[in-house]
Amino acid sequence: MSALIEVKGLDKAFGGVHAIEGLSFSVEAGQIYSVIGPNGAGKTTLFNLITGLYTPTAGEIKLNGENIVNIPPNKLAERGMCRTFQQMQICMNMTALENVMLGRHLQLKSNFLTTLLRLPSLLKDEADCRDHAIELMKFVGCGDYIETEASAMSYGALKRLEIARALAAEPKVVLLDEPAAGLNSVETAELEELLKKIAAQGITVVLVEHDMKMVMGISDHILVINYGRKLAEGTPEEIRNNPDVIAAYLGG
Amino acid sequence: MLKSLTQHRLSGLALLAIIILLVPAFLNNPFQYDMATLVLIYATTVVGLNLLVGYAGQISLGHAGFFGMGAYFSAVMTSRFDWSPVPTLILGAALVGLVAYIVGRPILRLKGYYLGMATLAMGFIIYITLNNEGWLTGGPDGMPVPGLSIFGWELSTFNTYSFLGMEISGSLAWYWLMGVMLILGVWIAQNLIDSPIGRALRSVHGSEVAASVVGVDTPKFKNLVFVVSAIYASLMGSLYAHFQGFITPESAGFMESIIFVTMVVLGGMGSTLGVIFGAALLTLLPQLLADFHDYEMMMFGLILMLTMIFMPKGLLPTTQAFIRKKLHKKAEDKA
Amino acid sequence: MFSEFLQYLFTGITIGATYALIALGFTLIYNASHVINFAQGEFLMIGGMATVSLIGLGFPLPVAMVGAILLAALMGIALQRFAIAPAKQADPVTLIIITIGAAIFIRGIAQLVWGRGYHSMPNFSGDVPVRIGGAVVNTQTFWVVGIAAVLVAGLVFFFTKTMIGKAILATSMNKVAARLVGIKTDMVLMLAFLLSAVLGSIAGIIVAPITFTSYDIGIMLGLKGFVAAALGGLGSGMGAIVGGLTLGIVEAMTAGYISSDYKDAAAFGVIILVLFFMPRGLMGARVVERV
Repeated sequence: MSALIEVKGLDKAFGGVHAIEGLSFSVEAGQIYSVIGPNGAGKTTLFNLITGLYTPTAGEIKLNGENIVNIPPNKLAERGMCRTFQQMQICMNMTALENVMLGRHLQLKSNFLTTLLRLPSLLKDEADCRDHAIELMKFVGCGDYIETEASAMSYGALKRLEIARALAAEPKVVLLDEPAAGLNSVETAELEELLKKIAAQGITVVLVEHDMKMVMGISDHILVINYGRKLAEGTPEEIRNNPDVIAAYLGG
Repeated sequence: MLKSLTQHRLSGLALLAIIILLVPAFLNNPFQYDMATLVLIYATTVVGLNLLVGYAGQISLGHAGFFGMGAYFSAVMTSRFDWSPVPTLILGAALVGLVAYIVGRPILRLKGYYLGMATLAMGFIIYITLNNEGWLTGGPDGMPVPGLSIFGWELSTFNTYSFLGMEISGSLAWYWLMGVMLILGVWIAQNLIDSPIGRALRSVHGSEVAASVVGVDTPKFKNLVFVVSAIYASLMGSLYAHFQGFITPESAGFMESIIFVTMVVLGGMGSTLGVIFGAALLTLLPQLLADFHDYEMMMFGLILMLTMIFMPKGLLPTTQAFIRKKLHKKAEDKA
Repeated sequence: MFSEFLQYLFTGITIGATYALIALGFTLIYNASHVINFAQGEFLMIGGMATVSLIGLGFPLPVAMVGAILLAALMGIALQRFAIAPAKQADPVTLIIITIGAAIFIRGIAQLVWGRGYHSMPNFSGDVPVRIGGAVVNTQTFWVVGIAAVLVAGLVFFFTKTMIGKAILATSMNKVAARLVGIKTDMVLMLAFLLSAVLGSIAGIIVAPITFTSYDIGIMLGLKGFVAAALGGLGSGMGAIVGGLTLGIVEAMTAGYISSDYKDAAAFGVIILVLFFMPRGLMGARVVERV
């Protein structure tokens, strides 16, 4: 089986500082793949590189064997990659449902003419989109917020809403940047279940996370980075016993 | 029943149609009709501009440039080349749309104040050109524009017409024509807003990154709405030229652009009825202030400043929020 | 040939120095509060008009100048206190309209007090022009460039050597952090508007003998200052100076070699062209957007 995401010799420098340096790894399809590391290790930068928000200084990134460097985020979405953000990116000028419906942007077939004249095909398309979005909101546990303005929702609910929006795009792979940050233990447990359900649908999940208990519990494979470089890679078991990792985390 | 009626997506449009139908009952002379028609022209223009500023969140400080281009295209082609007005204004709108498309691509990559700067500069270049190419445009003194002839009818504010056995004045005919244009403009805008395209536009305002990672081609949508709003402005510019019978480059000027944006912001960004209200207010305000003669400019500035300071969300949304709060309180008191 | 070029260059530098001062005013306010103050041009108008009218009342030039600068400074503070401060949470577009409203208000008062006519102001020293390499240079040019240079040097000193200057810089970088270390950020905002008004009014006074002055000169001069600030990169002091001078020279060259009808169009054409390639101006910070 070939890798879904393949990163080789990736490098990103801001000014003279290397946020990511010589990083290589690959993510197999169907895995829950976690990226961990101390604060400032370059995890979010890595996500921004993979999802096309930043352009690498050097190195290559492949999705399904095709080079995706210099491809804008919206084109990557067309290729089945979607993500959430550490600093949540929710459209606060819309309702919760509209945010999720936005996620189905690529699935909609309307064009300018059907829109201007509001033809039946558009209305049918929108109704389907709405049903699908409501289903997804229930799936992530936001069923109570369907008509709520996004700006009126709690932090934890918004975190799940962002995941629903990513799933609405029917991705092959979702990249989730610290989905558990700021959640209490009950919410974290619910999130863990949700991630397992997503993976069970055959969607590859790439995770940046600080909650070690969750990472160790659900990951198939873990990548540890520090100062933008790979520190270790392996199964949760291997990572737990890796002396370099222990040293980095305990500040040794 | 009443609730479902008021919440229908076109309830605002229905309300607007009723207002347009009722207004003539309060108008007494041709001057008042002409003011009302002017309100309708500006209102339709800013309904288009609101798509760009209110929904997609992109500043334009040069929109009068498009208005002026449409106006001058109609004026020059109909007066100097004897083109027929209606095809001319449609062709003009298509050309202005094309210009907006070409300029929009690079300009709309800019954000915030830089976008404001670039659109302002674009508007100024159009204004300066209209001012300087006097051989074609009549220069700063302006140029006369023939009346609007539709299927052989010469629509002029000086004429009277018989329609279905009724005598109507030219001013009233213009009023009805522009009333229909506004309704049409609002209907099209509303259809755009209540659609995946509208959702994509609002997401550009809400979070451009979020929009792009779910697959929205944000540059394309920004450019689309820029073109649409330019076409609104161009069409209205053409009609304005025929209606007034005379135009000057000031109709493309910086102050005019600022007034357009102010109509949007003052009325309430993202509220179609609000911006129409804003257009009415800013068109009529100078008339009301004219009695103050020398104090007119000072009062205008003061009113602009105070409204924006105390109602930053715009007049209509602020009023709506106020009423909602009152009603809510009433309901609570009852409970 | 060369003397012609030199002539245009001097003209360009003179008007460019004025633009640079206006742009610095924009920069000061932008850095302190992220507001683009469209009333900036009105400070110039007040500077020029108040000086002219004080001279008309019989005051000597230096006294008239000080009076005009004080008046503008007062207006700067009033603008911040009564128009900007109450609208803290407003959108950028809303803030633009507030400052434009303020500009129209100020213009309206000026028109009421001073009328609609054009006023001229005598040169600071002598009307006999100086010849340099075949170019004829108005003596006022030296005053404009000299005073602009002194003001720039003063600003550099103020921001790098004085406590208050550093406090303003700190506030512009991080308001919360500045407040935490005990800087009164409200005072800083007021100070930024005051300084900006002083700069603007001085620019208005020194350029008045060259351009004439009237109640409505603020519109165009203010916009040119905004163009200069954006050309250099909003928020960059060096950018404001480079932007101002570039703009002045481009205008003078266009007027000289192409057509004076299109000198303003050239200014606006240059800003569009530069922003196409450098979306944050010539010297603007290349900020990486954080998500």
